[in-house]
Amino acid sequence: MGPLFSPHSSQTHSIAAAFSIVLAIAAFVFLVVAAGVFYSIVRYRARGDSASEPRQIFGSRNLEVLWTVVPVLIVTGLFIVTVRAMVFIDAPQDSGQAPDVTIVGHQWWWEARYPSGVIATYDIHIPTSRRLLARIESADVIHDFWAPELARKMDAVPGRASYIWLEADTPGAYDGACSEFCGAQHAWMRFRVVAEPEASFEVWLQRQAQSPSEPTGLAAEGARLFQTKKCSDCHAVKATAIESQKGPSLAHLASREFLGSGMSRNTPENRMLWLTNPQAAKPGNRMPDTPLSPEETRALQAYLEALR
Amino acid sequence: MSGFSAWLCAIDHKRIGILYMLSALLFMLAGGMEAMVLRAQLAAPNLKLIAPETYDQIFTMHGTTMIFLVAMPVLTGFGVYLTPLMIGANEMALPRLGALSFWLQFFGGVLLYISFATGAAPDAGWFSYAPLSEKAFSPGAGLDYWALALLMIAGSSIGSAINLIVTVATERAPGMTMRLVPLFAWMTLVASIMIVFALPALAASLVMLLSDRLLHARFFDPAQGGAPLLWQHYFWIFGHPEVYIVVLPAFGMISEIIPVFSRKPIFGYPFVATSTVAIAFLSYGVWVHHMFAVALGRNVLAVFAAASMLIAVPTGMKIFSWIATMWGGAIRFTTAMLFAIAFLLEFTVGGLSGVAFATVPVDWQLTDTYFVVAHIHYVLVGGTIFALLAGVHYWFPKISGRLLDEKLGRWSFWLIVLGFNAAFFVQHFLGLLGMRRRVYTYPDIPWFGALNLISTLGAGILVFGIVLFLANVAMSVYFGTVAGKDPWNAWTLEWAAASPPLLQNFAETPEVRSRRPLWDLKHPEAPDWGST
Repeated sequence: MGPLFSPHSSQTHSIAAAFSIVLAIAAFVFLVVAAGVFYSIVRYRARGDSASEPRQIFGSRNLEVLWTVVPVLIVTGLFIVTVRAMVFIDAPQDSGQAPDVTIVGHQWWWEARYPSGVIATYDIHIPTSRRLLARIESADVIHDFWAPELARKMDAVPGRASYIWLEADTPGAYDGACSEFCGAQHAWMRFRVVAEPEASFEVWLQRQAQSPSEPTGLAAEGARLFQTKKCSDCHAVKATAIESQKGPSLAHLASREFLGSGMSRNTPENRMLWLTNPQAAKPGNRMPDTPLSPEETRALQAYLEALR
Repeated sequence: MSGFSAWLCAIDHKRIGILYMLSALLFMLAGGMEAMVLRAQLAAPNLKLIAPETYDQIFTMHGTTMIFLVAMPVLTGFGVYLTPLMIGANEMALPRLGALSFWLQFFGGVLLYISFATGAAPDAGWFSYAPLSEKAFSPGAGLDYWALALLMIAGSSIGSAINLIVTVATERAPGMTMRLVPLFAWMTLVASIMIVFALPALAASLVMLLSDRLLHARFFDPAQGGAPLLWQHYFWIFGHPEVYIVVLPAFGMISEIIPVFSRKPIFGYPFVATSTVAIAFLSYGVWVHHMFAVALGRNVLAVFAAASMLIAVPTGMKIFSWIATMWGGAIRFTTAMLFAIAFLLEFTVGGLSGVAFATVPVDWQLTDTYFVVAHIHYVLVGGTIFALLAGVHYWFPKISGRLLDEKLGRWSFWLIVLGFNAAFFVQHFLGLLGMRRRVYTYPDIPWFGALNLISTLGAGILVFGIVLFLANVAMSVYFGTVAGKDPWNAWTLEWAAASPPLLQNFAETPEVRSRRPLWDLKHPEAPDWGST
């Protein structure tokens, strides 16, 4: 995940500006307090063992009013900054505006559903040229969608749709992760937002919509096993499956960089581990063990390899 | 009765107070060990010392233990021990309720820890958000133990709070009007009133959770018409006042200790007392700042942001009053005073990072990151625990009759300051760099490994300092210098009783004419009631 305050959208710029103001105020107040404390302990330390007591002062109405009123003025200013930034970041939608992408949190992966029917897992592509309305949902427990460089975080609450604006000012891959504790693999519920120019975004969308080519040879055997071993009960292999599945879509799996929501690189060894011992691949995940012979494993491996 | 059974059947407020403190100490050792396991697992990226599920159980137990089995009971212990002495009473108003409250608290803690023995510790965090805490997602018995244990503790806290309220209301020495009550007793009273209004919300949410889990109710299940956010509202209506419940009595301790070691009365007593009441009121109107990342609508968030910022004002007033108390004094740097001074600076850091979270857009980035972990530890350790350590050094001679060793005290002070700040200050940066809370590990991102290692080493130094402090306590109980009634030349009534106080605290009922009755006795030429 990139540094929090390397903002790459207008809304994260405005958050970074608000934070700078808070930081400046906090530094000022802390210096005032620290100066008062250190001056007192140096200047007013007890000297010798004189039995006489210092002058007894019980308070000062003026001072007390001063350190009530000044903080009230400071927080009033901060409140104005807060509301202005909130209005900018959560800018109103047009009435009846349809979301450009629907992002769904699952234990423990993210999927992005596009209006064309394409469903992407882990890598969420967006065009750089415009601001997208993203609808945030959860399929199970509460998650939180957080791409620190691009947008505010937003809780994904089951049974409740929430909306954010999602944009990036420059092309690039921006790390993100679930930011609400959601169970055993909260740590590895990461994702990426891949921002690219409109034209390449459209190309990507069309490529995603293509069905996997007909498998041949060992991969064809793997495709058969994918059905009979019930892999297909949970995993889709087409990116345009109509509804969410129990497990993440495996469409175009071989072209991905990571497995397990960022937990491991997409190497043949790591794919093999998911087939033979899913709990070792990602402890606590919801995938059951499926007994497979070495030949069956090889066939499934070949099939996954063919999902480009 | 003597020995063991005398403690078992104790109804004297001093014994019950000590029982609370010992119970809190026992659970603090457990909660501290849990913290060290967490810090070890996070010391470097991609470590596999413990399984993810185990990590979740341990951070759940750490948070629950430190809040419910350490912070609340130890402050209740001091409240029960000191309040009658400070207001010139010989007993709590309801001694048997006091005993019941303690044992409910203790066995609530035991029940929570039995969950470990069954192999099913709670694993949904100390906040246990639904629906993660529902049977469907957390099928073990851990959360049932958690909810039942907290129900007992909620009952206990309400009982002890009622007891403290009635005691301050009815047992004050003749002449001690509410304007003359010592600030520790004042703030304990306010915290107790807050408990009576906040803990029932927790109890209600626990009953709903148990109903869902055990009776197939559907309070929090959206598929059946329930509402997951209902849990969050109930929990934080309790949970935010809870922060002040464990901070206000600590403020009270600081308000007693700084004046005595600065040799001046508290600066602006009426402001300090009324700002406490302001905090209590406002604390019921800020709970949604724990939910700013939920889409609740801009206007709702703005109202809670305003309240959350406003609460900084009465808190800041106190900081300035304490500094003004030191200003112009003759400061004696006892270990108690050192902890109080460190409290002033560290709590200020925690308060200021709190203002960052009230600034909604900043919260939209930083909530649920290590910035929050740094913030709560600056408030609850840098604030509450440092004040408590000041309080232990200050009142230990009253409770035990002996002084703590000052040399060991200084060593433990510097180790604790160094360890605490090393462990938690770097966590601000981790949060700013994007490290999330409650993750059992993290990828090898630049700076993450180095900062986490510093944090873990700092935690080790902190533990070493705490062990030194405990060794000092254990040795001084037997070998410490005999303290006498009033080793600090202090001003409130507990220092007029014997050290340790006899079963009957005061042979004759003290008369009170000012906030510093012992000052009046020691300075008949310039009594407080003559000067104000």
